[in-house]
Amino acid sequence: MSIDLSTTLGPAWFPTPIFTASGCASSGRELAQFFPLKNIGAVVTKSIMVKARPGRPTPRMAETPSGMLNSIGLQGPGIDSFIANDIPWLVEQGARIIVSIAGETVDEYATLARRLRSVPGISALEVNISCPNVENRGMVFACDPVSSRAVIDGVRRIIGGDLPIIAKLSPDVTDIVAIAREVVNAGADGVALINTLLGMVINTETMRPHLGGKTGGLSGPAIRPVAVRAIYQVHQAFPKVPILGMGGVRSGRDAFEMILAGASGVSVGTATFGNPRATLDVQEELEVILTEKGFTTLRSAVGFAHRQDRQDRQDSPEMSGE
Amino acid sequence: MSTINRYAQQISAQVLSNKRVGQYHQILISVGDVVKYCRPGNFIAIAVGGDNSSMVLRRAFALSRVSDRGEFGGTLELIVAPHGSGSRWLCSQGEGALLDVVTPLGVAFGIPTEPVTALLIGGGYGSAPLFGLAEVLKSRGCHVDMILGASSSSKIYAPLEGKRSVNSLKIYTEDSSSGIPGRVTDSLEEIISEGAIDVIYSCGPMAMLSAISTIAQSCEVVHQCAVEESMACGIGVCMTCVLPVRQDDGSIAMKRSCIDGPVMDGANVAWEVVGKIQETKE
Repeated sequence: MSIDLSTTLGPAWFPTPIFTASGCASSGRELAQFFPLKNIGAVVTKSIMVKARPGRPTPRMAETPSGMLNSIGLQGPGIDSFIANDIPWLVEQGARIIVSIAGETVDEYATLARRLRSVPGISALEVNISCPNVENRGMVFACDPVSSRAVIDGVRRIIGGDLPIIAKLSPDVTDIVAIAREVVNAGADGVALINTLLGMVINTETMRPHLGGKTGGLSGPAIRPVAVRAIYQVHQAFPKVPILGMGGVRSGRDAFEMILAGASGVSVGTATFGNPRATLDVQEELEVILTEKGFTTLRSAVGFAHRQDRQDRQDSPEMSGE
Repeated sequence: MSTINRYAQQISAQVLSNKRVGQYHQILISVGDVVKYCRPGNFIAIAVGGDNSSMVLRRAFALSRVSDRGEFGGTLELIVAPHGSGSRWLCSQGEGALLDVVTPLGVAFGIPTEPVTALLIGGGYGSAPLFGLAEVLKSRGCHVDMILGASSSSKIYAPLEGKRSVNSLKIYTEDSSSGIPGRVTDSLEEIISEGAIDVIYSCGPMAMLSAISTIAQSCEVVHQCAVEESMACGIGVCMTCVLPVRQDDGSIAMKRSCIDGPVMDGANVAWEVVGKIQETKE
């Protein structure tokens, strides 16, 4: 097997297209016991904010059919500790790093960008404008085209041209293509699709919302078709904009599906909670599948499902689903 | 390498036996060499439901007893209550079944370097890890008293072989179905003072651990408790199982019960604000 798995997100190059997903790998230390972090495409770190943050009250988790709700609320150490402790450690591991940032205001994103722009070892920034676990739904910038644009515009101005910016979008919108258009016009090099969907579980014993934060983000295989649809739509509208796909990927087959829909990279998130090795497993399975399908490069598979040539599709019968 | 999850391995473990004990299942699994890193208080995370299960998260269980001898090499004993769909699936796995497990995880009970008088307190099947702990303490020359409590006698887990590893055993049931009527904390102060207890080890429901912590602090006895918060990953990445823990500077930090616990110093847990920490507001 000598398939070229390498991929690019804007100017950033990665040896493989399989990454961790932000919020599902912390800052990598916990997973290093299970596989070498340098062996995957990149570690996407948990969204970091300007200040340390305790997050939401417990319970923060509810398992749902083929998925889970989480309500963490961006608990984290704050940017200073992150830059001092987590980035150098990841660099030491030889891992490629995509730093996910989250803020409550446009200015906070700009502050984070300012702190990170000169830190060595970072391959890209994922700008999380779509975390659902915030008290004020107005903070979900990605639900509004104007706010989305304002955040990306602010980050772009500070970052300049070297570090790629990937805007992470929410599926909880009427028209995700319209949001993608705004962030791309504002200077995003790519988009990450999708963040979790806002959901709720009511405990029928206590007859109250189960989660301390009442609502939570739905992730896991249950949301995969939503992610595939979003990737397909955005790739169709902007075939040249790189997409980092995510949402319920737990096998190489699932990653392949997102690549066919138009993803240049795929993040593995919730699957890591059930299988610490999931990211590497997905990568190894994907390599086998691509080879079996006759692809010699990952790049030639990106967006393959959009091809109009029917003969191409008939050659690949398994692409129709499970 | 990081020190987090340092000894954890993801392996395939075979079920050697699966017996019903009262309301619980006592499941013995073969884990091979990893057993040498397993200590009382550590836990195991098990994938449930088979391939393509709709249950995407592992289930965590305290290691009840750890053995590196015997014809099957390294074995772990788990006590499982078939309460939810995941634990019911696990309890239905017969001899020979293969389980996808990750172990050892979490912080183990601290073992004193010199012989002490220890009181082990278990609630419900929270007693499971205490019997393995009792064996280790006894082997170090400690005096080990145990008290167990539950709502009813059928929910007490106290196997015969376990009783042999303690110097004394008291049982409390709230419905008076066996032992002393009431709760484990009812006469705890007297038990601590009369038994000249040096250290308390506990495992069980959070309300019980909280009540024990209050008494242990007033009696100035060290209290190591194995906490219980619902976990998604068990390896420290998901941040769901956090508990408010007091730091040296007096501030409260949300600590992960999977990697900063499950065994914690009861005096440091901010029990009064468990489940109540709010987001900081500007």
